[in-house]
Amino acid sequence: MAALGRVCLLLALVVCAYGIGASIYGVRTGRVEWSESGRRAVYALAGILTVAFAVLEVAFLRNDFAFNTVADTSSRTTPTFYKAAAVWASQEGSLLLWAWLMSLWSSLALFLTRGRIRDVAAYATAIILGFGGFFISLMVFYAQPFAITNPAPPEGVGLDPLLRFPTMMIHPPMLYSGYTLCTIPLAFGMGALLARRVDAEWIRVIRKFAFAAWFFLGIGVLLGARWSYSELGWGGYWGWDAVENAALLPWLTGTAFLHSLMIQEKRGMLKVWNVSLVLATGTLAIMGTFLVRSGILDSIHAFGGQTLGVPFVVLIAVLIAGSIYLVVTRREMLRTEHRIDSLISREAAFLANNLVLVGLVFVILWGTYFPLISEALTGQESAVGPPWFDRYTVPLALILVLLSGIGPAIAWRRASIANARRNFVTPVAVALLTLCALLIGGVHQKPFAIAMFCCAGFVFGSIGQEFFRGVRARRAMAHEAAPVALVALVRRNRRRYGGYIVHIGIVVLFVGVAASSSFQHESELGLSPGQSSRVGAYTIRYVRATASVSPDYDSANTQGGRELSAIMRSQPGVTLGPDTAHTGATLSLGAVLDVTKHGRHVATLYPSEGFYSSEEPTQGSVGHLIGGQPVSHVALDSGVTRDVWTAIAPNIETPRLKRIVTLGDKTLPYSNPAEGMVAIAALASAYMRNPPQAQFHLIVSPLVMWIWLGGMIVVGGGLIAIWPAPSAVRRRLSVRSRARAGAGAEQGLARA
Amino acid sequence: MNPARKRTVRLVVALSVAVVLASALIYTSFSAASPALSPSQLLRQAQPGRSYLLTGTVLAHSVARDGAVLNFSVADRAGGAAVGVAYTGTVPDPFREGREVIVTVEKQGGQYIGERNSLITKCPSKYKETPASEKQSS
Repeated sequence: MAALGRVCLLLALVVCAYGIGASIYGVRTGRVEWSESGRRAVYALAGILTVAFAVLEVAFLRNDFAFNTVADTSSRTTPTFYKAAAVWASQEGSLLLWAWLMSLWSSLALFLTRGRIRDVAAYATAIILGFGGFFISLMVFYAQPFAITNPAPPEGVGLDPLLRFPTMMIHPPMLYSGYTLCTIPLAFGMGALLARRVDAEWIRVIRKFAFAAWFFLGIGVLLGARWSYSELGWGGYWGWDAVENAALLPWLTGTAFLHSLMIQEKRGMLKVWNVSLVLATGTLAIMGTFLVRSGILDSIHAFGGQTLGVPFVVLIAVLIAGSIYLVVTRREMLRTEHRIDSLISREAAFLANNLVLVGLVFVILWGTYFPLISEALTGQESAVGPPWFDRYTVPLALILVLLSGIGPAIAWRRASIANARRNFVTPVAVALLTLCALLIGGVHQKPFAIAMFCCAGFVFGSIGQEFFRGVRARRAMAHEAAPVALVALVRRNRRRYGGYIVHIGIVVLFVGVAASSSFQHESELGLSPGQSSRVGAYTIRYVRATASVSPDYDSANTQGGRELSAIMRSQPGVTLGPDTAHTGATLSLGAVLDVTKHGRHVATLYPSEGFYSSEEPTQGSVGHLIGGQPVSHVALDSGVTRDVWTAIAPNIETPRLKRIVTLGDKTLPYSNPAEGMVAIAALASAYMRNPPQAQFHLIVSPLVMWIWLGGMIVVGGGLIAIWPAPSAVRRRLSVRSRARAGAGAEQGLARA
Repeated sequence: MNPARKRTVRLVVALSVAVVLASALIYTSFSAASPALSPSQLLRQAQPGRSYLLTGTVLAHSVARDGAVLNFSVADRAGGAAVGVAYTGTVPDPFREGREVIVTVEKQGGQYIGERNSLITKCPSKYKETPASEKQSS
């Protein structure tokens, strides 16, 4: 199996080298068959890497611990669902996922663009295969996913419990899809510059892929935020961590590009800007990958002590130098066809939106890489924290939200006073009404949050007005009912109205961020059963402790298993597995919390902490069963208006509980975990008889759900915008039908 | 004003604004930044009242909770000097002895006080402990 994987990687490397050579030879000599062969090399690469990925996936599912990466990130006790996701928990597996996804997306891109801009596509093919070759080389020479150990270890370390969260199954593939899709516009952009074909055609060809990159990257970032909120036990969703920022940066430049390309399509302007944004987005995606893998910055996510930094630095340097060279040498071709007629126009609003987004990118890039910059300039490594990021990003976000309401309503070229009055009276009125409602409702503090709510009102007014006018016009023309007219309006102009829905989603998301970060109530304290704490308007009472024991082996027919069952039966309150979160925790200790507001019951919450086994013999026969990573299982009462978020850190370090573990370590053999589980059950019983004070983290945050809701609206709007318009589908179908009809007629003639 | 001159003026104004904003950004980043120090560097350089980012590994058998305060020691990655920290606030799940942590601290008297909610631990999804395969072969 491992040999097959290694052969696949070597073959893939050969295919990359061949494809690069064939594509460049084809485009330089004008021999289309060689360019076509290069394109087919990308398809072959996708096939080979699919086999390689399948080999690794099967190794995980079959618990083949001869594979080092399987032994390091999986175990027999890891639930099957998470075994499948464990492939991308390691450095090697995630590199393979990157290369595989890139080959799949590139194949799709080249398939859909076959026969169009052949010379640009040939250069793009060579660049794509260059990226493929780079990542495959890393796997061949540095981080080998198919490296094996003989003899195979009997058991693996197991997937880190923090990653045993359902969205981790899709978060990395989404993020990596975004990253890899970012390289496709970059490849075509460089291809257009190399082929000296910088008209709007290459922009039209890559538009959908730029949008798909933005779409997947956005989903990946949002899922990461959700994981952080629901799993990491700190109650936040964004910490300005270096790796989080790295994923946000290409998303921001991608957003800028999706807006500015409309200006190039409509008016032939901003060519240098657009090509620069495409190149910057691709380079930032590679930099994001580099940041995670080099361990160059201290991050909660960074791979530690890896050796991939130097190859990535070389690649990034080549990309930046190549981009600058190409843009500078082709600057005459990139000269704009028109100029902005007025600063009060849609072009100017889009340009301002771009400047704000690039400003955000600069701020975040500077803050993220500041430790390296400060060390280079002063010899002392320093870092900036979240307050520094907030100081700049909050005002820029406000401007951005405001512009997302101005852009759709303002006229192209030059807006007149009458146009401004006609289009902005309603949005301004909605914003003022929002302000009045907030002031009457007693919301006086937090000026930035109030400003964000007012800007959101402005955008809702602006976009609502656009929908209203569109529906009214359709109803007047086609005499349709309002819902029918609305659906028809969106169907007929998916890109425009899908974009508006995306704007609505982003604004809903920003409202959630502003409200939850400004008006949050938090308490962190120790409580014993019966005690309560007040958090905002809510009272949270610790009713009683809970404990569940989940043997991570088939104990039914063992002596230990029977003893365990007997102990469990005699100890009311302690339950025998499976663990409530189905993550493979050996022991879960938690609490029943009663949440009330003004004396009325609101919710009952069950936060717990899972204790996992480790494969560390020095921790003892009992100690190792709970010696792994403890993980909070957060309990949430989510609502449209507020979230009640709770986490518990039970104390199992009391002398009474430690004595049970120590005694078990001394008397029970390491080789029989079933007997060790008896001691764990005894520990759980002792904990339940007299629960020690536990640490609680309690948060009441308003409108957190709006963040996830906003994200879902963005996804919905994005799908509408990216879906082919009915006319385009018809056009494609009719072209195919004509081609088939033509072929049929030719065959008929030949037979005749 | 002719259009070409108008464009030049606009460009100069825009570039001036960009330079001013960039200068403000750079200045504030240096003034707001906390130096990242290892425990041995902190012991040599720390001045009372100033914040530092302390990076290192949590020393074995050093973690103890005293009510809301979590006491632990952070040692140099290569071993050697260690600094005791009294910390309050959220403790990330991956926090444990032997893990790499980053915490913002301030010297108060002879003690190092951790800034509330500033403790972060390297995510073990990427942080490699000694893998089973290496244990096996060693």
